[in-house]
Amino acid sequence: MDTLESIRDRLLAWFPGAQISLVANPSPSAQHSLLLDSVHGREIATRLRDDPALRFDTCSNVTGIDWPEKESVETVKIKVPGVAGAPDKEVEQKVKRIQPGMLEVVYHLYSVALRQGPLILRLRTGNRADAVTLPSLTPVWRSCEFQEREVFDLFGVIFEGHPDLRRILMWDEFKGHPMRKDYIEPDDYEWEPTPHNEVLAKAKKHYRTVAPVSAPAAEKGNAG
Amino acid sequence: MNAIQPGSFSLADSRSAPSAARLRSVHDPFHGDLLEVSMGPHHPSTHGVFRMIATLDGETVVRLKPVFGYLHRNHEKLGENTSYLASMPYTDRLDYLASMTNNWAYALSVEKLAGLTVPERAEYLRIILAEMTRLLNHTCLAGFLLQDCGCSGTPLMYAFREREKILDLFESLSGSRMMCNYQRFGGCRVDASGAWLEAAKSLVAGYGQFLDEYEQLLTGNEILMARTQGIGLLSAELAVSAGVTGPMLRASGVAHDLRKVDGYGLYPRFNFRVPLGDHGDVYDRYMVRMLEMRESLSILQQALREIPSGPIMDPKAKLRGFRPKAGEAYGRIEGPKGEIGFFLISDGSPNPYRYRVRAPSFVNLTILEDLCLGHTVADAVIILGSIDIVLGEVDR
Repeated sequence: MDTLESIRDRLLAWFPGAQISLVANPSPSAQHSLLLDSVHGREIATRLRDDPALRFDTCSNVTGIDWPEKESVETVKIKVPGVAGAPDKEVEQKVKRIQPGMLEVVYHLYSVALRQGPLILRLRTGNRADAVTLPSLTPVWRSCEFQEREVFDLFGVIFEGHPDLRRILMWDEFKGHPMRKDYIEPDDYEWEPTPHNEVLAKAKKHYRTVAPVSAPAAEKGNAG
Repeated sequence: MNAIQPGSFSLADSRSAPSAARLRSVHDPFHGDLLEVSMGPHHPSTHGVFRMIATLDGETVVRLKPVFGYLHRNHEKLGENTSYLASMPYTDRLDYLASMTNNWAYALSVEKLAGLTVPERAEYLRIILAEMTRLLNHTCLAGFLLQDCGCSGTPLMYAFREREKILDLFESLSGSRMMCNYQRFGGCRVDASGAWLEAAKSLVAGYGQFLDEYEQLLTGNEILMARTQGIGLLSAELAVSAGVTGPMLRASGVAHDLRKVDGYGLYPRFNFRVPLGDHGDVYDRYMVRMLEMRESLSILQQALREIPSGPIMDPKAKLRGFRPKAGEAYGRIEGPKGEIGFFLISDGSPNPYRYRVRAPSFVNLTILEDLCLGHTVADAVIILGSIDIVLGEVDR
């Protein structure tokens, strides 16, 4: 397989406006990946599939990763001018830095025809709350259909252009996305609202609101 | 005795008066309507708790939506909340017919992540156990497929008889029939004794005879051919695009076997062929698996003949306090059902930051609807059977 750098350079030549960067992987596996911008994601994927020299005709694995907002504290040395002619002082100051959270979707591409791979693509959302839309790659590779549904279900990434974006493993009425790092498990999985709850709420309207008559004195005596 | 009049129906019973029941005309107001049938989640043909919502025109499937997740326990979250080693027994529960290959796929991914090597004897043991797993999986599949065709009993019982022989070997080696928990990062948990290897040799020597018997019963069987040929056609292009792997992809004529393509483990040393199908129908999927078992037997014979003595664990590997450096790795192997892969991200802590299972049954299910369209409900059942799913792996 061509090196990842050469693939990136070719893609940049084909798509001048695109932002494609290399994400290095320091582990011994050395599986580096390409980070694409979400605007050009599908065009680039189509080109990777159709180009005769690359022909990544199958997308083996699609998965999401949750990166919550990260707070890191860094110590920075700052020079403070000395008071009354004294030499400048170096003071250590702690600076809080907030790395914004995001959701990441990773695609592992292989070429069955040319027997090469993996080529790893990454797409990142703007944040974890409202900008969670990414282009769906299901029109490019059919194998993404169920796997993107799973990422939608468990991570909450919305795939634009997906033909049938529904929950797949959790039930339709489920709220939340369990694979997110900040997901809190419910105390009781079995609880579900029943019609009885609504009936009970209606019935409560007819309950007497008058305060009960104070207990008779004889009872007080018993209690003592 | 009343003669049966056309358009009327009466019981030929001297005691009863002529019945008032009438045969309904074919041109009734419901004719031509589509009927939605929910098969499952508790249906014997769905191989577990799996549901198909089939829309039927008469008996022909015009739409089919699979519904699953009934066995979902968020395996991936469990993996993120435990250490690397503690996930190993959980992988047994994914595809519970093939725990040895699940173990291997996970061990391979962690070895890639941490840069561990595997001693030669352990590689041989892994190949022996993986090929035995392939044997038992394909044997069971043939039995289940025939069960789905309505051939109740005999093929499945024959298959289970042979399967138990392999499971006995697994049990004597790992302590458990199905939940083997055998592989470790950088090797295997326990060594196989000489007696075990001899028992494995005699199993392999006798298995060919069972396959001959089984094939004599099934492969040329007229009913099996009538039920399976030309059913559930899968084109090579769709199969590759949909990420279909394993025997199902090869039945569509695509020569793609990770044992050859990736050459992981010591497979390049072994001499075996990759059987391919011509049509991509249910019969080809059955046939490819039958032929694959013969090749597995050939691999087993070579491996059992050539297995060297030596250590079974990488001395660098440590089980306790195992913390791979930050990074990520995707490792995959050719399981009996297709490509099983694990994607791991380490942040340097004892637990994986992300633990993802790429399950072959799950991805192979994507095209279930495409295969079933235009066939009858009875065919949809055997098409599902030929995909070879295990719900423990689909739902995770």
